[in-house]
Amino acid sequence: MRQYRPKDNVQKKAYHTDRFYQVPTQPRFEVQEGSHFDDVVKALGDLCKEAYVSLNQLVVYIDATTNKETLTLLRDECAYAQCSELSAIDYLAQDGEFEIFYQLLNLSNASRMRVKCRIKPEQAIESVVDVYKSANFAEREMYDMFGIYVNNHPYLKRILMPEDWQGHPLLKTYPLQGDEFASWYEVDKIFGKEYRDIIGPENRDPARIDRYDTKRFSRVGYEVPFGADISEGEKPNPIEYSETVLVDYNKSSKQLDEKR
Amino acid sequence: MQQPNKLTPFFENINFERDDNTMVINFGPQHPSAHGQLRLVLELEGEKVVKAYPDIGYLHRGVEKMAENMMYNEFLPTTDRLDYIASTANNYAYALAVEKLLGVEVPRRAQVIRTMLLELNRIISHLFFIATHALDVGAMSVFLYAFREREYAMDLMEEYCGARLTHSSIRIGGVPLDLPKDWISNLISFCDKVEYELEHTYNALLQENRIWKMRLEDVGVLSAEDAISWGCSGIMLRGSGVKYDIRKEEPYELYSELDFDIPVSDRGDSYGRYRLYMAEIEQSIKIIRQLIPMYKDTKPQLMAHAPEYISAPKEQIMTQNYSLMQHFVLVTQGMRPPVGEVYVPTESPKGELGFFIRSEGEPYAYRVKVRAPSFYHTGLLQEILVGTYIADVVTIIGSTNIVFGEVDR
Amino acid sequence: MAQHQVNYASTAGLPIALTSVDKLVNWGRSNSLWPLTYGLACCAIEMMASGASRYDFDRMGTIFRASPRQADVMILAGTLTKKHAEFARRLYDQMSEPKWVISMGSCANTGGMFNTYSIVQGVDRIVPVDIYLPGCAPRPETLQYALMMLQKKIRRESADMKKNQKQNLRLI
Repeated sequence: MRQYRPKDNVQKKAYHTDRFYQVPTQPRFEVQEGSHFDDVVKALGDLCKEAYVSLNQLVVYIDATTNKETLTLLRDECAYAQCSELSAIDYLAQDGEFEIFYQLLNLSNASRMRVKCRIKPEQAIESVVDVYKSANFAEREMYDMFGIYVNNHPYLKRILMPEDWQGHPLLKTYPLQGDEFASWYEVDKIFGKEYRDIIGPENRDPARIDRYDTKRFSRVGYEVPFGADISEGEKPNPIEYSETVLVDYNKSSKQLDEKR
Repeated sequence: MQQPNKLTPFFENINFERDDNTMVINFGPQHPSAHGQLRLVLELEGEKVVKAYPDIGYLHRGVEKMAENMMYNEFLPTTDRLDYIASTANNYAYALAVEKLLGVEVPRRAQVIRTMLLELNRIISHLFFIATHALDVGAMSVFLYAFREREYAMDLMEEYCGARLTHSSIRIGGVPLDLPKDWISNLISFCDKVEYELEHTYNALLQENRIWKMRLEDVGVLSAEDAISWGCSGIMLRGSGVKYDIRKEEPYELYSELDFDIPVSDRGDSYGRYRLYMAEIEQSIKIIRQLIPMYKDTKPQLMAHAPEYISAPKEQIMTQNYSLMQHFVLVTQGMRPPVGEVYVPTESPKGELGFFIRSEGEPYAYRVKVRAPSFYHTGLLQEILVGTYIADVVTIIGSTNIVFGEVDR
Repeated sequence: MAQHQVNYASTAGLPIALTSVDKLVNWGRSNSLWPLTYGLACCAIEMMASGASRYDFDRMGTIFRASPRQADVMILAGTLTKKHAEFARRLYDQMSEPKWVISMGSCANTGGMFNTYSIVQGVDRIVPVDIYLPGCAPRPETLQYALMMLQKKIRRESADMKKNQKQNLRLI
């Protein structure tokens, strides 16, 4: 029986899994009293469900419905004036949720923090374009790549993929090499469906060699003229060395061993 | 003759629904200004731009999805192609993020070499900026001069790692190669040459040039609040008066030990940014000159010692059996970093380049997000182009220094 | 250093009065190929470097033209995405005959290292290509060598483009 490959997460997996190997986890530190991060956590109050510090950056978990409120508070009171990054992580196979994170920067004392929240796939998240303008493009990208709808965004259209693309590429269910729609997209768009047979499918195998195609593949050691038709089989091409004299053993003076 | 395909309907079949005074033009994905595949749909009223809508995605290569299917070391050459003008900067940002995730410490000689390469790449990128910006604005000879200097720098990179453009000269845990013979003396003569040329060619041709100043002053003015809110970083931010440089504020590598200034401009327009690029080239040369004497005091170890994650040096692999076995496992299976996430910002020549890596303990990353500075600078174009003349559009796009490998990933 | 001897007497060079029209026309076409600036990604930087001071492209008679109506050769340098494929084909159609295509770099030849959902696996799915240029990114000397190969190819062809099309089995 062939191996069971689950379709809800088609990311490449390690072929060898060690039964006894315990993967270490990154250390998480408590928020220290009196530090800048402590002030931030106190300012957030109820909004923050969990907070810890890792690698000198504060990580705060919030509820997805309060994202705009939290970010407004962080920008106005804690001086986190820039949103460096905004994106999502697909945990649909494990937990059935997306985890959205906002990476914020405080320019006056050069500290960074991350605000994370979880949403279900049918949920939409509130746009934070009014708080940080950089979210304009970032939320469009999140919509394009994951299919997460964003409420009250000024222009929520696909940004990196073409407008009429179907499928959200960064989901774990989307294969790296693209599904059926993706593989014929350019042929359909430019020439039409009739040309699918003429152009042929994409060649996704980087090691593919066509033995009988003499125009595109050089056959080192077994060369034939360009464009020659060898579908019947190659003509035998024995190596002839001019230095050696070809001996006809039938006429040789030497007596070879005969089977007795 | 036209071969039939579905693209043939040209202008005959398009209906224009609106009848007001604005003209809609398409600044298509292929245009002679050297910036790559940006499509801008501009609505013009006379010569002034009323609305600008940037359309990107023409170079979207799925780099983030590729990272989920490749091992950490395998992904490094792909990061080269993000900001393809200063490739080492992207390699370094990714390697730094993974090193922070693993918690390994890079040896001193590798740090010196890396910082030298980073600053050399900064000079390469800024020379490219001045070449293409001048070409767009109209000063074509500056393009040829800047490329001449750039060829010397690319010769240096080629002597070091073998490639002119897509270097992959940095590995996770250090650098793979030591500096070749005479590289440092070539570097010193290159620095002297660039300093001389900066003063005598580029500044002499452009800095007090009346035409250049008229084309660039008060064009593309960006206020500090807008810059911060739109996520600008690097020279876009410093050109608007905000003094923030990640090399000083959140130092990585050897920047905390080096002495250099951060030039800031309070004008906020393209001329200020141009002056900042020139000033940054001078600062980079200053940094390289400080690094050169630091090289010979270092021990000759190039890669970090972390056998769980990083292979041993080649001499050990070729002679010691356990090193060979571990190298085999790391190359075929991949290293398994700890479960956790990391976001590390670095100062690339274009701005703040950061990698967000989330790992679940597998040899393949769970999520890699590239925080590309040019992506946010392209978003900024929606606002900054409104109210400018169409001739200034090209100047502003050039002045934001966007690279489409990064924007679209 | 490769030695390239251009043998004008045999491969259609000097416009001496006795050469046939074919050879004259092909000499003219090959020695002044005007490329269309079609730099897409990293290979575009190498194309610009090959046109810049050290590896001067102008000595082959090439001038980079921005408009497809004025260009002869389309050098597709860089990764072609599916979003962009439509425009590449449109520009190819807008070029007037005679036209040739050079595909520069691995991404244009076969999709290269980007075996993903949004990359056209080889520009020859969209436009018929004459010369393929390997490398990632190919050196400027490689691009110039490819242009010289194209010049040789042009001199071999007949001046009538219809006959060329039948012989080359161009795709579309």
